[in-house]
Amino acid sequence: MKPSKRVILDAQHFDLTIKRLAHQLIENHNNFENTVILGLQPRGTFLANRIKEELQSINSKYKIEVGSLDTTFYRDDYRRRDNPLIPSKTQVDFIIEDKNVILVDDVLFTGRSVRAGLDAMLAFGRPKKVELLVLINRRYERHLPIQAKYIGKNVHSVTSERVEVSWKQNEGEDKVILYTPADE
Amino acid sequence: MSKLSVDHLLGIKYLQKEDINLIFETANHFKEVINRPIKKVPSLRDITIANLFFENSTRTKLSFELAEKRLSADIVNFSSSNSSVKKGETLIDTVNNILSMKVDMVVMRHPNPGAAYFLSQHVDAKIVNAGDGAHEHPTQALLDGFSIREKYGELKGRNVVIVGDVLHSRVALSNIFLLQKMGANVKVCGPLTLMPKYITSLGVEVLTNLREALNWCDVAMMLRIQLERQDMKFFPSLREYSMLYGLDKELLDSLDKEITVMHPGPINRGVEITSDVADSKQSIILNQVENGVAVRMAVLYLLAGKKEN
Repeated sequence: MKPSKRVILDAQHFDLTIKRLAHQLIENHNNFENTVILGLQPRGTFLANRIKEELQSINSKYKIEVGSLDTTFYRDDYRRRDNPLIPSKTQVDFIIEDKNVILVDDVLFTGRSVRAGLDAMLAFGRPKKVELLVLINRRYERHLPIQAKYIGKNVHSVTSERVEVSWKQNEGEDKVILYTPADE
Repeated sequence: MSKLSVDHLLGIKYLQKEDINLIFETANHFKEVINRPIKKVPSLRDITIANLFFENSTRTKLSFELAEKRLSADIVNFSSSNSSVKKGETLIDTVNNILSMKVDMVVMRHPNPGAAYFLSQHVDAKIVNAGDGAHEHPTQALLDGFSIREKYGELKGRNVVIVGDVLHSRVALSNIFLLQKMGANVKVCGPLTLMPKYITSLGVEVLTNLREALNWCDVAMMLRIQLERQDMKFFPSLREYSMLYGLDKELLDSLDKEITVMHPGPINRGVEITSDVADSKQSIILNQVENGVAVRMAVLYLLAGKKEN
């Protein structure tokens, strides 16, 4: 089979998905008084910021704290790669002690980034409760027992396939593409 | 670029400009880490580092130890008095000891120039030079460069004068290499007896008038007179040196512009710099110390994570 690429979420559905996720958060977190959002660097931060914008457009009174969390120093593949990964910026201007934390990433696949994210998060306090929100949940090939509570879209994909999320504010267009390589 | 071009940090001389920028960028992230409520990351948890200090050190040793601990590395420390390691044989003995300890990295300070290079040729571990005689002290230059960059945004085009005992200073040599690689202008200032003969071949102008030097520069790096390395008299008296080359508040305030004062430590207050200058708002001496930990974390992180060429 030839390599192929397929849009699994176009701009319209992308927008609907973000809106749905935002409403699900409101159901569980009321007015966000005791809740903070942490986007995982590099690409979970786009989603975290978008969710914040969406929540505030629904109700401008929401005061939502969003931080970006880099997991590079907590990863379990350091020294197993040829070169160390280059970190991104961590910016968490608040303490998460006793807060409800919503960890946000664009794609959940093996679960290893989220595992590192959970470790990285603890440097800022002991949260009351942690939930995971992802735009795309790749159902197969999880390496760790990690599941998201809020899911934008479930995707059935195999390891050799690749999911790419583009963002309006970064790549000019909101969409998610699934790339399938050629059969060998 | 995401990796260093070298497997060991032996001196600034062996680094590319890109390496230095990579270390600075990584150090920026570690500076954020060490200002968190929990200052520790697990990156180096399966790494063992030997700190071999054949020469006295307070700040550098402490700074390296802190950097290693904040990266979760296992540490073994070894100190030796200066006198016992003057003969080459002892270092080879140490080399064999290190080999049998199976350490991953060695941080070494040694009174002999080239000791770190020698070790890198004989040991299957990553070597970080923490000062070899009057040769190089690369992490000090990196933290100095990082501190200037933090203050001014970039090093390019900055005028830096290094004042004092350049002859016996590994800090001066490493800083000259680093600043020139990063596009800063460097001059040295001090009595001619304390200037190495090769200095002009490095493209560094020697000034003998401190006021002239300070009026030219943005940053003044004040060096300590290293009496312990001086086997003869290089100037008539400390008092005279201090009068001609010491920086006091009166001189600092009389300059055309506000300059930044740095010192690698330890300070001899009242000799190369007076207390009111060391503690003034123009001094970034304590920032240098804080940045030292972040820069050393970056160096260890980047070296340990790199597979050998």
